[in-house]
Amino acid sequence: MELLIALSIGVLVACGVYLVLRASTFPVVMGLTLLSYATNLFLFAMGRLAIGVPAIVRPDAAGYADPLPQALVLTAIVIAFGMTAFAIVLALKARGETGSDHVDGRTPHPNPSPSRGEGLRGSLAPPRPLRERGLGGEGESP
Amino acid sequence: MMHLPILPILLPLLAGILLLLLRPLGLQVQRMVGFVAAFALLMLAVWLFDASLAGQRQVYALGNWPAPFGITLVFDQLAALMLLVTAILAVGALWYAIVTEIDAQGSHFHVLFQMQLFGLNGAFLTGDAFNLFVFFEVLLLASYSLLLHGGGKQRTVAGLHYVVVNLVGSTVFLFALGALYGALGTLNIADMAAKVAALPAEREGLVMAAGLLLLLVFGLKAAMFPLYLWLPAAYARTSAPVAALFAIMTKVGVYAIIRVHGTVFGVDAGNLAYFYAPWLLGLGLITLVLAALGVLAAFRLRFQVAYLVLASVAMLLIAVGLHSEAGLAAALYYLVHSTLLAGGLFLLADVIVRGRGTYADRFDPGMRLPHHALLGGLFMLAAVAALGLPPLSGFFGKLWILQAALEHPWRWAVLATVLISSALLLIALARSGSVLFYKVKDRPDAADPVLPTQIPAFGLSLTAVLWLLAAVPLLVVLAHPVAEIMQQVAAQTLDVVGYRAAVFDPAVGGK
Repeated sequence: MELLIALSIGVLVACGVYLVLRASTFPVVMGLTLLSYATNLFLFAMGRLAIGVPAIVRPDAAGYADPLPQALVLTAIVIAFGMTAFAIVLALKARGETGSDHVDGRTPHPNPSPSRGEGLRGSLAPPRPLRERGLGGEGESP
Repeated sequence: MMHLPILPILLPLLAGILLLLLRPLGLQVQRMVGFVAAFALLMLAVWLFDASLAGQRQVYALGNWPAPFGITLVFDQLAALMLLVTAILAVGALWYAIVTEIDAQGSHFHVLFQMQLFGLNGAFLTGDAFNLFVFFEVLLLASYSLLLHGGGKQRTVAGLHYVVVNLVGSTVFLFALGALYGALGTLNIADMAAKVAALPAEREGLVMAAGLLLLLVFGLKAAMFPLYLWLPAAYARTSAPVAALFAIMTKVGVYAIIRVHGTVFGVDAGNLAYFYAPWLLGLGLITLVLAALGVLAAFRLRFQVAYLVLASVAMLLIAVGLHSEAGLAAALYYLVHSTLLAGGLFLLADVIVRGRGTYADRFDPGMRLPHHALLGGLFMLAAVAALGLPPLSGFFGKLWILQAALEHPWRWAVLATVLISSALLLIALARSGSVLFYKVKDRPDAADPVLPTQIPAFGLSLTAVLWLLAAVPLLVVLAHPVAEIMQQVAAQTLDVVGYRAAVFDPAVGGK
């Protein structure tokens, strides 16, 4: 069971990291969700794996499952849920304001093929010179 | 008073809830209540700081569950100092937001502001690593919304980056906490320190890996190389009072390193004692070089100030990475100076931007500013302080850090990096000051629309700038008593044994 849990956490993290590194907001949100699933599983496993033992005191119990990770996971689930909702709303707002679902608000390489970036304002703008990025060189004042 | 340590957490929380309920009464009522709450917090912080100087730690067991089973709040001199700096900064930023009516650009500014203070104060007071995570999430969620306050395309994109980076950071935080819990069986910071002191050798690798993961998370909050790329755009794009308040946000990361790593991997941690210090020092030096280059390359004043924040964080990381008592005391002095100065600089930059009309904060020669002599003088004062030139507080802070570095084997690297980067900052700030204040056009170009002849609410917004910049001369005039206090704070912070004793036996309290 240890191997199975470890592999599931590993696969979830790998998928999550891959998706977060994609440049559009929807995969990023999906990636964050997968990462939070992996975290929850990991926190559970850190209380040691135990089957069929109670988490609360009982006189006839042979052993106990650690109740603290379960409380931690509960907190982590609530926080991750709220954060995911916030990230989705923010992604929608960014899509509405910038006209692109790219995380930078514009597609860096204009792609003429109709399958990507058709009709999006961001994709039609020429890429800005690299030297200006991140140093306040671009655009008008916010 | 027994319930004293929880008051700085409860006050902003209750004020925030009250502000939410007061919304139908209009913005004026919210402004009044929000400012009164922030001012009350400042009074409370001054009182608590004064009380903390007696040297007693106060431990507050939430729900009266004794450590390590319940969550404890630990109120000591370091926490009191951070509370005080936060409250001073908050009063200045909030006053500026009110007089310039930036708080009217979106809804719930005052509620979010109080929630931000709630998260910050909680993070400074908690003695439990998972509770620290929860308070981090509280302050981050408030900061996400504050960052986006006022809206705009650029701000939304910068906010999206900030949110995603910090969400990934939260995930790593949980992985680190899970690994620490799995290896040590506790998340109370004092108890973790006790467990690490008695750690079997075969677990050391696991605990070290978890400690480095935790350093990664705190480094992300503090904007340590290579995790600083989110900072310049986020700080430069948001509204001025929010950027001023965020001057404390990077310091929360530094505080968490001092508190968690300094306690858990402190002097009696055996092989793991201060294992993180070389990482901090090395990465701090790299951050400082990159921050200086960023200041030099910035196209806009607000980006330049954001990179100055990064440079100040790098100085703090270096000073903490020296892991000596003198280094920590110097770091705390520099922390107070750089936080209040960065807040003041963001506000001052906003006043300048509003006086330059369409030129905004680009480094292009514009028309002569209204009140150019006063603004130029203030800019020079702030720049001199940020560079670390005599006679202002930045000089004493940097001098003290360099003096502490002389005891360290890496002293030549530290001296060379700090001095060369200061020279780069000097060039950059001299250039931006001369572009903004000396190179003025005689008459506007045909393309220029009507430029402002007056800055709206100039006098009132200047009081906020002066409130924060007043720290710079005050830290010089009072350098001797302040330095003594910082030494006392540093000594108490490094006294891990006393910390553990206070948490496990609240009757002991002090040393």
